[in-house]
Amino acid sequence: MAPSTDSNVKDENSQVSYKKDINTKTGRILQNKKHSNDIFDVIEYLQSEKDKEIIFATNACKRVFCQLFYRGDLYVGDLPQEEELMSGDRSAEEKYRIFMRHRYNNCVELLLENMGHEAFQVKEASLCALMKFVEAEGKHPLQNLDLIEHYIFPRELLRTLVEHLLSTEEDMSLLISRFQEFLEMDDVRYYVMSSVRDNIYRVMGRNKKAVIPVYQNNVYTLLSNINVPSQGSKIKHFLVKQAYRPEEWKAGKLKEHKRAFEQMWLLFLKFKLPSSMYKKILVILHESIMPQMSDPTLLIDFLSAAYDIGGAISLLALNGLFILIHKHNLDYPDFYKKLYSLLDPSIFHVKYRARFFHLVNIFLSSTHLPAYLVAAFVKRFARLSLTAPPTALLILLPFICNLIRRHPSCRVLIHRPSAAEEPCDDPYVMEEEDPAQCHALESSLWEIKTLQKHYHPDVAKAAMKINEPLTEQEEEISEVLELSTFELMERDLKAERKTIPLEFDTATELLKSPREVLGVHFSLE
Amino acid sequence: MMRKQQTFSRGLSDKVRKSKAAPEIQKNPFEVKINRKKFDVLGRKSKHDVGLPGVSRSRAIQKRKDTLLKEFRLKDKNNTFIDRRFGEYDSKLTPEEKILQRFTLERQRTQDRKDMYNLNEEEELTHYGQSLAEMEKMTDVIDSDSDSEEKGLLSAELTATHFGGGGGLLRKKSAGDDEEEEHKPRSRQELIEELIIKSKQEKRERQTQKEEAQELTEKLDQEWKSIQNLLAHKTPKAERTDETDKPKLDQYDMMVRELGFEMKAQPSEKLKSAEELAREERQRLQTLEADRLKRMMGDAEEDAVQTNTHISADDMNDGFILDGDDRKTLAYKDGKWNIEGEEEEKEDEDDDEEGEDDDEDDADEDHCDLQSDEGSEDEDGQGAEEEQVCAEEPPAVSEEQKKAAQEAAKAELPYTFPAPESYSDLKQLLQGHGSEQQRLILDRTLKCNHPSLSAGNKAKLQKLFGFLLEYVGDLATQNPPDLRTVSALIPQICGLCQMFPEAACKAVQTLLSDSGHSMEETLEVKGRAPMPDLDMLVLLKITALLFPSSDFRHPVTTPAFLFLSQALTRCAVVSLEDVCKGLVLCCLALEYVSLSQRIFPELLNFLLGLLHLTVSDKHNMGYTVVSPFRRQGKSCDLLVLKDPNVSHSWNRKPISLQTAHRLPAQSPVERDHYRLSLIDSCLDLVKRCTWLYKDLPSYAHIFQPIRALLLKHLPVEGYPAPIQDLHREILDAIPEKPSQHAPLVFKKKKPIPLKLFTPKIVQILDYGKKRGNTKEEKERERLKHKYKREFKGALREIRKDTRFLAREKLSDVMSRDAERKRKVKELYGSLATQEGEWKALKRKNRK
Repeated sequence: MAPSTDSNVKDENSQVSYKKDINTKTGRILQNKKHSNDIFDVIEYLQSEKDKEIIFATNACKRVFCQLFYRGDLYVGDLPQEEELMSGDRSAEEKYRIFMRHRYNNCVELLLENMGHEAFQVKEASLCALMKFVEAEGKHPLQNLDLIEHYIFPRELLRTLVEHLLSTEEDMSLLISRFQEFLEMDDVRYYVMSSVRDNIYRVMGRNKKAVIPVYQNNVYTLLSNINVPSQGSKIKHFLVKQAYRPEEWKAGKLKEHKRAFEQMWLLFLKFKLPSSMYKKILVILHESIMPQMSDPTLLIDFLSAAYDIGGAISLLALNGLFILIHKHNLDYPDFYKKLYSLLDPSIFHVKYRARFFHLVNIFLSSTHLPAYLVAAFVKRFARLSLTAPPTALLILLPFICNLIRRHPSCRVLIHRPSAAEEPCDDPYVMEEEDPAQCHALESSLWEIKTLQKHYHPDVAKAAMKINEPLTEQEEEISEVLELSTFELMERDLKAERKTIPLEFDTATELLKSPREVLGVHFSLE
Repeated sequence: MMRKQQTFSRGLSDKVRKSKAAPEIQKNPFEVKINRKKFDVLGRKSKHDVGLPGVSRSRAIQKRKDTLLKEFRLKDKNNTFIDRRFGEYDSKLTPEEKILQRFTLERQRTQDRKDMYNLNEEEELTHYGQSLAEMEKMTDVIDSDSDSEEKGLLSAELTATHFGGGGGLLRKKSAGDDEEEEHKPRSRQELIEELIIKSKQEKRERQTQKEEAQELTEKLDQEWKSIQNLLAHKTPKAERTDETDKPKLDQYDMMVRELGFEMKAQPSEKLKSAEELAREERQRLQTLEADRLKRMMGDAEEDAVQTNTHISADDMNDGFILDGDDRKTLAYKDGKWNIEGEEEEKEDEDDDEEGEDDDEDDADEDHCDLQSDEGSEDEDGQGAEEEQVCAEEPPAVSEEQKKAAQEAAKAELPYTFPAPESYSDLKQLLQGHGSEQQRLILDRTLKCNHPSLSAGNKAKLQKLFGFLLEYVGDLATQNPPDLRTVSALIPQICGLCQMFPEAACKAVQTLLSDSGHSMEETLEVKGRAPMPDLDMLVLLKITALLFPSSDFRHPVTTPAFLFLSQALTRCAVVSLEDVCKGLVLCCLALEYVSLSQRIFPELLNFLLGLLHLTVSDKHNMGYTVVSPFRRQGKSCDLLVLKDPNVSHSWNRKPISLQTAHRLPAQSPVERDHYRLSLIDSCLDLVKRCTWLYKDLPSYAHIFQPIRALLLKHLPVEGYPAPIQDLHREILDAIPEKPSQHAPLVFKKKKPIPLKLFTPKIVQILDYGKKRGNTKEEKERERLKHKYKREFKGALREIRKDTRFLAREKLSDVMSRDAERKRKVKELYGSLATQEGEWKALKRKNRK
């Protein structure tokens, strides 16, 4: 069956009447097998330059092939080559089916290609069409199923789909979020998970463990969209219904889901990740990944690696580590030592400051910690507070006071009556990594004393508290954890004031005041 | 025990002895009643421990006899005097009112007199039914006290009743003692005659004296009338009209009152010498400075609370404070200084205004010079001065000159401006003028719309402040920024702010809040924000000019601090303009804290970050830079010099603020010069910081990162000599080793005093124990208690009175009965004797 020539002719007005053209042709294909060559024209439209034409053609293809699936007009089994088609002695009916199956394969290929199209609508339409095909193939399998245990699912098609979804060149996050709708289906999710695993293995293996940010970002987006249901009884949304022993189907078991989920993530995390990816993963790790895994302790390698990276990533890794230590009896040697070494001026400026302080507060809440350790933390925090912005200081100062309250033996840090009035050097060694060696217990919190002169009244007041014996009651820091500078600003803006003091030296010029600094360095011209 | 009782009894007997009763009674133990005490309270003096019931009872009876009994006896037997003067018993009227009302009543009574032409006499006075006026005709001057004698109405009877000492008694007795009476009348009559003669003589003497006095007063009156016209400017006519209104108002009274009400000359305040002015100014500034320091410590509020709670031992709790906290606070009332320095301030302002006026004059004169001699044709005719100046010049005018003059007049600013109602109005008003002219326009607008001139002006000017800030922001963001004008408008902005502190505060707060909010939003969306624009920098600068940044907490400067902090930590530095803006922010931050010496960690972080930009080799650092700077990466070597040889051609000069807005396209050398200027400023700021913070306990730790950077990493060799000097100075100022400090200890608490057995001081009330909490309540309770007691006492007295009266009545009845009995007995007796005599006679006769 040679492609018809007249269909290749594109006249000018086809642009206007492409809808009509496609509609008539699809109608003819479905009506009569004689017109089956028109399918070429429809498929041709899939490569068109106009987005609208492609979308329309995609929908048309979807309709046509679904109908064909339904009729059973597609060849089932191993597909012979198209060239062999003429030579073989097959019935016309069979030939037609083989022909149509080849066209179907062409169509699927083109649709997969179209998933990399620039226009999102095209991508979306292609994706939907492909998923429709997945569904149709599930109902009307194209393979011969001799093995009775083999559950019917178009794994191959889904695998290629996932492969295209996880592009190495293009950011597919929008399409992936569209794909999320299909991930609601339990069987789709299950098979997607396994295909993702294969895909990661293959792609990363090929790249010899180098970082591929775009690909990893796509994978991350897809993975973060996958949610395993919390209960096995909830697994009942299937794209493809299994007739034969559905209860033994892997896609119907929660355990299998969890296992697939776990394997997928572990494989993904095994490879080196870009640092921004670390942050993203760590942010959601404790909430959406760990609870869905069958054995979260397997994450220990990843977490300790992340913890060793330093900076914000380490801070974030704390959360996961905390859950492992707290819930899964993980023993982490030198945990506090590492935590201690994490503390540097940048902790006050990172986005995850609130989370970090929340965790540190929990870690140091134990009253069984040795005094030297708590003192070391307190002193280090105090030293770092010299560079902190006011919002951080409003967390830090009550936090330090709370630590001293919890550990009365640390009170010497703010009250050392034995050696009063004798000036001495600060014995604390900031550079020392080991909290046991830093002599914090012999020091005093002169830094807090310094902060009593802080420009913000609330900070200064909080720092003043060390002048007198601390009250018994601990201060609640959870409400200041998320405080932003603007909120702090609004406190003063909204406060009612009776009198407003003014500067009594009336200024005459912009750059002329009793304590001019700006005018010394800058001029108006 | 015995001894004690002895002393007790001795004390008692002393008391008894001291009382007023007769000594023999006091000594009589049967008369003494001792009130037993339940508790012996040390130091309490009791009045009623000993009593003499007999004495006091007899005294009470005696008193009743003197008063009550007399009243009782006289009951229904004598006259009473009823005072019917107006308002005599009306306690609501004050004496003055009483007098006034009586006066008006009297006037009213005389108003409707019958005799129209009788000016003097308004009332017919009578005496014994005879007109006094008629009597007057007979005797020139009448003495009211003497008229009875004058008339010779004195009769023997009358005198007898008057001088005989109780006529009633005399008459009663007359029946008994007739003989005595015959002796007495003669001597009495003589006596009376003598008396009469004497009194008549005296009367005559008095009369002559009075006549003399009258004559003198008449004379004085006449004399007064003659000079009265000289004294009073009021024409007699006016007086006459007065008279018709209030005919009886005495002129003399009016005069006196007028003189009384005349304004007394007030002592004028003496002019202050220059020294005094200077001293007062200095004092004012000192008080203001003291106040500022107090606010800086942030204990102003606490102090206020303390004064409320603390009460001195000498406090009598009457609200009187000997040396009350009368420090003047820096406050403004209705836009004016609320302190004594007000006048100086005003004078200063006036001076300024005068200066400006002078300027104006100068300008006008200049105009005149330019326009040579056309002044009289000044059609718009604004400005009297101008006209005056110009009128002097000869009016030789050509047509061309006239035209030129008209144009010039058009270019001339009007002298009055309406207050702008909206921002666009203000913009229209000011746009197209030079900076000095804009200032002048604004100045005139303010003067024309001063709040004292009209009620609505206040609101207008308050709005104007907001518009002005907006305008300033516009000026600063336009391209190129017009900062000269901004600077020229500063005095007006300051003036407005001083007039309306609340409105100014609100306006600046709104701008800060808006800007802070938008920055927060960008941060949330993008993760980093651009540096604030020049308008915000200018606003922050103006904020520092208007409001004290040294206050512990201030509704404007505290948010401004936070805005600075936010800008210094979150705004990305990606270009040289950003560096420049950052540097401006640092300058502002330093200005903000320079007086209060407060620590500003973000400032130091930012300066460290800026210096980090000069380092080309970012390895092996002994310090950490924090947000918004990164250790390494894009735009981390913004300040690295491209050409090391430019340092020779660089010289120190101020950086233009306009470069913060947009850096003009420059050659690489110029860019390097610009970098050097920035580095120079940055180092200078670091130096200022070291001065500022050198007393802090953690001084060395704060500057440790900067020191590490300056010592090891700053490519100082490539810099010109002034910068190298600066670098050395800073390194000298930061010690290598941290200074020594005493370990921290808690503040020494005031020791809580031991409980001592000091007397507990309890307020002793007049009646009963302490009740109620507040003063009013206590007073109420006291009065209630007092009332109860008084009521009881009164009841008791009344009962005693009735008992006494009943007893008296009884005794009266008894005595009357006894009398009757006696008389009956007598009668019976006499009858018996009569009978006896009669019987005896009869027996005799029978015999």
